[in-house]
Amino acid sequence: MAIEATNGKKGWGDQDQVPGIKSELLELNMGPQHPATHGVLRLLLHTDGEIVYKVTPVLGYLHRCAEKIAEGVDYKQWVVYTDRFDYLAPMTCNHTYVTAVEKLGGIEVPARAEHLRIATAELSRVASHLIALATFGLDMGAWTPLLYCFREREEILNLLERISGGRMLYNYMVPGGVRYDLPRDNWVADVLEFVTMMEKKKLPDYNTLLTYNKIFIERTSDVGIITREDAFAYGCTGPVLRGSGVKWDCRRDDPYSLYHKFDFEIPVGMGEMGTVGDCWDRYIVRVREIEQSCRLIRQALEQLPEGPYQSIELKKPVRVPAGAAFTRTETAKGELGHYIVADGGQKPFRNKVRSCSMCNLQVLEKIGVGLMVSDLVATVGSLDIVLGEIDR
Amino acid sequence: MEAMYAFFMDKAGMGQAGAHVTVAAIMATLMFIVMALCALVFTWMERKVAAFLQSRWGPMRTGRWQGWAQAVADMLKILGKEDIIPAEADKALFIFAPLLVLLGSLLAWAAIPWAPGFVAADLDLGLFYIFAVSSMVIIGILMAGWASNNKWALYGAARGAAQMVSYEIPLALAAIPVVMYTGSLNTQDIVIAQQGGIWNWFIFRNPFLFVSFFLYFVASIAETNRGPFDMPETESELVAGYHTEYTGMRFAFFFLSEYANLFLVSMIAVLLFLGGWWAPIPGLDFLPAALTFVIKGVLMVFLNMWVRWTLPRVRVDQLMHLCWKVMIPAALICTVGAGLWMMASGAAG
Repeated sequence: MAIEATNGKKGWGDQDQVPGIKSELLELNMGPQHPATHGVLRLLLHTDGEIVYKVTPVLGYLHRCAEKIAEGVDYKQWVVYTDRFDYLAPMTCNHTYVTAVEKLGGIEVPARAEHLRIATAELSRVASHLIALATFGLDMGAWTPLLYCFREREEILNLLERISGGRMLYNYMVPGGVRYDLPRDNWVADVLEFVTMMEKKKLPDYNTLLTYNKIFIERTSDVGIITREDAFAYGCTGPVLRGSGVKWDCRRDDPYSLYHKFDFEIPVGMGEMGTVGDCWDRYIVRVREIEQSCRLIRQALEQLPEGPYQSIELKKPVRVPAGAAFTRTETAKGELGHYIVADGGQKPFRNKVRSCSMCNLQVLEKIGVGLMVSDLVATVGSLDIVLGEIDR
Repeated sequence: MEAMYAFFMDKAGMGQAGAHVTVAAIMATLMFIVMALCALVFTWMERKVAAFLQSRWGPMRTGRWQGWAQAVADMLKILGKEDIIPAEADKALFIFAPLLVLLGSLLAWAAIPWAPGFVAADLDLGLFYIFAVSSMVIIGILMAGWASNNKWALYGAARGAAQMVSYEIPLALAAIPVVMYTGSLNTQDIVIAQQGGIWNWFIFRNPFLFVSFFLYFVASIAETNRGPFDMPETESELVAGYHTEYTGMRFAFFFLSEYANLFLVSMIAVLLFLGGWWAPIPGLDFLPAALTFVIKGVLMVFLNMWVRWTLPRVRVDQLMHLCWKVMIPAALICTVGAGLWMMASGAAG
């Protein structure tokens, strides 16, 4: 309806639709203080009643100059700033950055460190996807899955705390390895037990409670459809791209670390409940990715080799030769890229981050038109953005 | 009630008018206390039920045992809050709206028969009266949303008005088969007609009444603006809907009326379909009538909470679709079906 109106046909949003009655679009600020915007996102809406005519995301409320700071601190010190990008899955962000530095400096990483990196990064991904499911359900008004997801996330946080010392911001990976070896307890066994519980018990629970709930399907299928072409045009990555039916995953298609050694599948949206690329597809991709992450964690830990876990001593600074390197990895939200230009020495000359959430958010301008306000909330939830990474 | 009249007329030496006024005052006070109490109890209960469903504890500290005093503490806190009226708000309407909402839910309580003969207003049009006065809540909500001069509140109010006006229809239509069976709108008569064990309750009389009960139940959730039909509030979309701008005691009025309404619609469900004050099996007759009634009402409230904390919210157009294209036709079919059933079974006088 609204799309027709914007295409030139008359709608209620046009001022002279009803002769003698002046009507105009309602300008509505959704955020930065709004329960549904997942952080400090501000959406400037032009609405006609419940129908949205125009969405303009307004960013910058969480800008912390992280890229500029990178020019002033040395390579190891900047890992803590990557934690604060996607604070829901910091391990994956650490991973991107350290691979960039290693590529630039030609630093070897011991196999044990790679296995630990994959295990922790995938745990982080599960934690992040759990939040995505939880908040997406919350956007639909389903409170109970939120608490269930946070309960399982708590387990992950406990496990990651035991290996890294931090509950939310880990600072675990360093160029050349990981900061700590396994804790001297049965950490591996506990992780495997958690992974099994997740696969066997918890995911079926979520599916019964939320995924195949009639109301939930009604709310999410055929809503906020991102076509394959739109996804490419706006540079969407991660579950948003895969939700549109594109089988693309950096872990498989541009392998880094040791992902090429492991066996996992890439779930894509198939339009089971509606059209390919609707909110439900993006949601189910995340659910299935949790399963695949669980498989990866199991493989990484069961094949964990003995040996060193750092190739550079922790207290020694990292020195890289002059040059530039770009790496991208698959974080929970999409493809995070790091472009580092070095002029030799301990600090980078420039560090540019390619944010996946930002590209994923851009598509909202296109698909948000013509949605109802409730659907817009659902669509924002299904994009699963994190503002810490958009603004850096 | 008769005993009370007799007491005030004979023992206290009042005239008939004096006795009526006194009894009315007593009943009104009683209703208000019951309502305030039920709001307190149900806020606590909602927290505990939600916590139970979400595998957590809920309030555990205030008042030692299961955090029973949490609701009291909340009320005290809310009384101490600053009372803010937005500068651009329509002050008179802004102040009046919560009172109207509260009044709407309060007035309806007068016609609830708690026990045989114990009803504040024994009206021949009792059921009609209940549905009529509880509609006043809509005006209050619309007023609150408009007067706040806040876009989110306006959205909430518009949604709320559309929703509640629509759902009044299936709500009332679902009650019509019961009225047909009873031949009376008097709430006491409706309950008396269900005497004699669980199979005489209207819900089990015939299949159409069984469906009517569920229609009533769904419509009553929408009528009380609770999940999955909490369109006017929709905390994840409209911040807090029509009461976004309200604070302190004025907010508490909305809160109070939500829980009073919740209990009210549950009580009406009990009196219409679930046998009112009659015990389900003869062995439970020893319980006082009012207690049986309240227990059934609380169970209905629990059912409401269970639904709320399990299901996601529907969208506003799906809500309207459900009402106009599913529930109203279904309710009409039930009315006709129940009538035919009555004729066939010879129940129609």
